[in-house]
Amino acid sequence: MCTIVPISKTVGANRIVPTIAIPHPLGNPALPADEEKALRRKLVEKALNALATEVDGQTVFE
Amino acid sequence: MSKFRVVHYLNQFFGQIGGEEKADIAPLKKDGPVGPGAALNGAFKGEAEVVGTVICGDSYFAENMDTALTQILEMIKQYNPDLVVAGPAFNAGRYGTACGAVAEAVIKNLGIPAVTGMYPENPGADMYKQSVYIVKTADSAIGMRDAVPKMAALGLKLLKKEEIGTPEVEGYIARGIRKNYFAADRGAKRAVDMLVAKIKGESYTTELPMPAFDRVPPNPAVKDLTKATIALVTSGGIVPKGNPDRIESSSASKYGKYSIAGITDLTKETHETAHGGYDPVYANQDADRVLPVDVLREMEAEGKIGKLHDFFYTTVGNGTAVASAAKFGQAIAADLKAAGVDAVILTST
Repeated sequence: MCTIVPISKTVGANRIVPTIAIPHPLGNPALPADEEKALRRKLVEKALNALATEVDGQTVFE
Repeated sequence: MSKFRVVHYLNQFFGQIGGEEKADIAPLKKDGPVGPGAALNGAFKGEAEVVGTVICGDSYFAENMDTALTQILEMIKQYNPDLVVAGPAFNAGRYGTACGAVAEAVIKNLGIPAVTGMYPENPGADMYKQSVYIVKTADSAIGMRDAVPKMAALGLKLLKKEEIGTPEVEGYIARGIRKNYFAADRGAKRAVDMLVAKIKGESYTTELPMPAFDRVPPNPAVKDLTKATIALVTSGGIVPKGNPDRIESSSASKYGKYSIAGITDLTKETHETAHGGYDPVYANQDADRVLPVDVLREMEAEGKIGKLHDFFYTTVGNGTAVASAAKFGQAIAADLKAAGVDAVILTST
């Protein structure tokens, strides 16, 4: 899970989930706490989904 | 002007004592050049001469480094040299390590220049390239004819205190030293020129070589998340408050392994970030923003995943050497595998 997807691609990550921002990849301080947590949950669900998906090469899960 | 005096360091084989069976001989000295020392002597073209040769068995050196170095330095000193040349060692590991160590000790303790030569993959190269000029050679004595003149030339430059050029020009192994210089064209123009050449398919030389990144085949998908143990790993530097193991904010030399057993949420009282490469405010307020423990705990409680692994692994990805990161990754992966973890969520900043 990373914000700068081209970096993850360069170093060879196979399952990549783009995140919010460098200082808070899984958060957004501009949002109220409960919305921020819901956002984090959605991103982590995407990551788990990626782990459970067959891929044959580097794949970005938008 | 009198000739510069040079001492040549050789192992038992090039010193014409014997082969592997003589690798345990203690240091000895012989006046004048021995073996390849003759070629070295010639390569100085009269400006310097090999006045003495110090020979030591590779195994003796490897097993008695401190005493061997002391004895070797003593013998070298007796010739009152201006320069020491060691090897070339080509790809011989013990010999390369000895040459590097001797050259480094000469520079440090005798205050005179030293030069050696080895194949870039020789273990001695990585160990000593920063403190000693190591001429790049072939991996066997076939490269003697090529190596000796380069070592002599570099030696003479050091003796005459001339400016030493780039690794490419002088033929030594890059030491990783950055030297500022004024380029004729400004950086923007050089970058665009390079890009145009690249687009045209013409050759260009990068000013900064990129590390080589490997590729691994993707692992098969997790079959059943509800039964899987998921672990968290991060390069975002999340650590227990106070950074107990002092993971560095840049160029991390280590990673940490910390328990989150029983922890359902990271707070500003319990965790912080050690990472010096991004604004730490948000991670310090709530480390879940980098290491999403809170939502994974909820999903564990709901049965969406089998288990959140009791430990998370962390390091600081800021300016951390690729080689270090690879080492950490291998160690962490071994640990995770041994613990029966099925999949990892790796977060980075």
